[in-house]
Amino acid sequence: MIKLKNIQKILEEYPPKVKKNREKHMVVKGLDEKHEIEANTRTIPGIITNRGCCFAGCKGVVLGPLRDVVHIVHGPVGCSYYTWGTRRHKGRSEAGEDNFLSYCFTTDMQESDIVFGGEKKLREAVKEAYELFKPEAITISATCPVGLIGDDIHAVARDAQNEFGIQVLAFDCEGYKGVSQSAGHHIANNVLMRDVIGTGDAETGKYSINILGEYNIGGDGWEISRILSKIGYHIVSIMTGDGTYKELKSAHKADLNLVQCHRSINYIAEMIEVKYGTPWLKVNFIGIESTIKTLRHMAKYFGDQVLIDRTEVVITEELASIEESLKIYKKMCAGKTALLFVGGSRAHHYQGLLRELGIETVMAGYEFGHRDDYEGRDVIPYIKMDADSRNIPELQVTKDEKNYRLYLSPEKIEALKKEMPLSRYDGMIKEMKGGSYIIDDLNHFETEELLKKLKPSLFCSGIKDKFVAQKMGIFSKQLHSYDYSGPYAGFKGAIVFAKDISMGMNTPTWSFITPPWKKIPMLEGKIVKEVGAC
Amino acid sequence: MLDHTSKKIKERKALVVNPAKTCQPIGAMYAALGIHNCLPHSHGSQGCCSFHRMHLTRHFRDPVVASTSSFTEGASVFGGGANLKTSIKNVFSIYKPDVIAINTTCLSETIGDDLPTIIKDSEIPKGKFVFHANTPSYAGSHVTGFSNMVKAMVTNFSEGKGDGINKKVNIIPGYTEPGDMRELKRIVKIMDIPCILFPDTSGVVDSPMTGKYEMYPKGGTRVGDLIDTGNSIATVALGSFASEAAAYELEKRCKVDAHILNLPIGIKATDELIMELVKITGKDVPYELEEERGQLVDIMTDTHHHFHGKRVAIFGDPDHVIAMTEFTLSLGMKPVYVVTGTPGISFEKQVQKMLEDSHLQGMVKSSGDLFALHQWIKKDPVDLLIGNTYGKYIARAEDIPLVRFGFPNLDRSVHSYFPIVGYKGAMRIIEMISNALLERVDRDAVDEDFELVL
Repeated sequence: MIKLKNIQKILEEYPPKVKKNREKHMVVKGLDEKHEIEANTRTIPGIITNRGCCFAGCKGVVLGPLRDVVHIVHGPVGCSYYTWGTRRHKGRSEAGEDNFLSYCFTTDMQESDIVFGGEKKLREAVKEAYELFKPEAITISATCPVGLIGDDIHAVARDAQNEFGIQVLAFDCEGYKGVSQSAGHHIANNVLMRDVIGTGDAETGKYSINILGEYNIGGDGWEISRILSKIGYHIVSIMTGDGTYKELKSAHKADLNLVQCHRSINYIAEMIEVKYGTPWLKVNFIGIESTIKTLRHMAKYFGDQVLIDRTEVVITEELASIEESLKIYKKMCAGKTALLFVGGSRAHHYQGLLRELGIETVMAGYEFGHRDDYEGRDVIPYIKMDADSRNIPELQVTKDEKNYRLYLSPEKIEALKKEMPLSRYDGMIKEMKGGSYIIDDLNHFETEELLKKLKPSLFCSGIKDKFVAQKMGIFSKQLHSYDYSGPYAGFKGAIVFAKDISMGMNTPTWSFITPPWKKIPMLEGKIVKEVGAC
Repeated sequence: MLDHTSKKIKERKALVVNPAKTCQPIGAMYAALGIHNCLPHSHGSQGCCSFHRMHLTRHFRDPVVASTSSFTEGASVFGGGANLKTSIKNVFSIYKPDVIAINTTCLSETIGDDLPTIIKDSEIPKGKFVFHANTPSYAGSHVTGFSNMVKAMVTNFSEGKGDGINKKVNIIPGYTEPGDMRELKRIVKIMDIPCILFPDTSGVVDSPMTGKYEMYPKGGTRVGDLIDTGNSIATVALGSFASEAAAYELEKRCKVDAHILNLPIGIKATDELIMELVKITGKDVPYELEEERGQLVDIMTDTHHHFHGKRVAIFGDPDHVIAMTEFTLSLGMKPVYVVTGTPGISFEKQVQKMLEDSHLQGMVKSSGDLFALHQWIKKDPVDLLIGNTYGKYIARAEDIPLVRFGFPNLDRSVHSYFPIVGYKGAMRIIEMISNALLERVDRDAVDEDFELVL
């Protein structure tokens, strides 16, 4: 099998220990029945990983987008600085509403804070933040040195909360926790679930939903909300793109939770179901077919004929509005191949959209997905907990007797589960074609080798990979930042994405890489002429 | 935009809002990229390394590759020695650099990892080098990190007696763009002065597209040249914050005279650099440079009415800001707010003196942030803002033109290919400032005042 040979060749270049580790993180679809992959294990030192840290997963990803909150980073200046404006979680506020998205707050720890402790400074910083900005709430995120020097950020949060009468939430998201961003998601989920969700009492309307794990990168969430509002859904809260602390408090009052990014938010989805009885539906708003499928699942869940009809009307309208442009881009994309390497969900979500455009995904991988993101949630009972993840607290929730309610009967839910992914996620591998590669925590060496061997037309990854591929003449589309474009979700987003990649794969610049004097044998021509002259 | 920034200034003792600096290791990573065939390595948890690569990549739009020790909680408690040793082994066998340049983070510095001992106990293939700089994020800024890494280059490589046997001048270019480093090399070349420029990121982070990816591009100072810096006539260190530590170290170790100058941004500072080079080498200034200088003065005179008396706020890294403050004064502008996030009282002293000499009153601050700068601007506005990309929030909020200057520049491209140093660079800065101010004149003019010729 040629496919396997490519992987073997890459592995042979490694020292034995590295080889033994890395081969468990690589799977060829169809080679065996199980497709068991190793994931969410520690990074090999020196391997040049693409991964980030727990702090990035907590503050950068989950908390940062909450726009009415002052997010204070307790640490030296870097951590706050690098999460300032770099992830494109957009947010807009009505006049008079808080919006702190263009700000960056830090305690800017100095040597003396490391030596004598930074608690005093943090206390003062929270006070100053409160007095200057009067936000709805304040978060405190810990960075690497905080845990080591033993600053008690929880005591600071508790005291500030008592003093100022607003919620102050502390997150133990030191960068060294866990093995990747993933630990940070979990830590953020725990605190939001324990201290925020369930504390509000907003009125909810008919067909009320929460959108979980949607961070409004490039306006994705707005495109999704546009479609859902057009159909008639009431969005209680969005976690957390363009989201607010205020709305989040009443998230327990929705009748259905939609889960877009499974990895980052499945903890909250699960806990809400246990505590408040609301089931969650795995959705995918990336790609036209996936969006339609999702909308039909949602309508069926609520089971109301008016809603079902309205859904079909909207789908027809939306399809009509993109039909013409879609044709053009399909022509430009047909027959191309792609490699996908993105954080913890997009490497799966974009495969359908690419397929619709005629692009085959020949390799896909996550930086920090867990086995369930690859193999589906059925494997969760068999995932071995290792020492690096054992220290991430598991929050145990129980039924909230007062607020627990079932929108649908257990029998109805069981019946629906056969028709749609209710409280279920089947993972990425199932959807992939036989012979394609699945590689976890892809590193720089493997990226370079795979690009050389597979020569895709398109490499979807992040900023650190982008220019590596492009130096080789391969167009690389950032699927984290969308290269400052977007939205890519929903019907309109699919067209924006199609346009962007068509443009990138077909830009005239690729034809200039080789200089003309290296294409035409100039020297040879002259010699012949001279010989003739003699 | 920035709606929560009020005019009323309240003293802050603990909270920094919208910093005008970032942390040490990114500067060290950038400096290490200026060594040929070198892989920067970050000894900490992997988030730092990713952030630093991300930021440099966005600034240069070129691959920035570095490895990390990827600390876990266990390593954070028991020490990162094993992680670093594994890293060194893996990096040499998989990525095959000639040099690994290690920087540290707040994590490994707080736990006190003993790098010299760990490196000594590591497997280093023959002919390869591993060295480190301590770059604790809780001290100084990214400029300090750059400085520490350049100093470590001297400590670990420089050999010689400072007797000028190689007939070369060392130049430490500071935390500047590859375009600036190219310009410095051009200047000394036309002056016929052989030089060792270190670090040198030209040809590394401004590499050409050839269809083939090179993990270690053609550029970067060679190890042989780093060693040879000890045999030079003198060292010219540009920008005291970024470069003087290495120059003094070289003077201490190898007795190579250190000459500390401002970054050669603007006419005065470039004159000083040329004069210093003449003094050191006895070479004449060739007509080519004299012509460039004359052109610059010509331009300054022709356009003085564009910027005369304009109030300007400047922020960024200290060496850049000091030099830029001086240049705006030379142009007849009024630099009324001057801020760096990098700590250092010498910054305030130098800038204050410049302002006093020009009979100007202004606010000058080191360890400052953009929130405070914005508040000053709100109280008493300026005509122009000069600083990095983060200035665009203030520029938009207050409707002030922004000239993008310094690190990082994340929202405009091509900047890294052209110099801002030297006479040529000064011309470019004038063009940027003029364009920014005149675009504004055009935008704001009523129809009857809309001029064809300005």
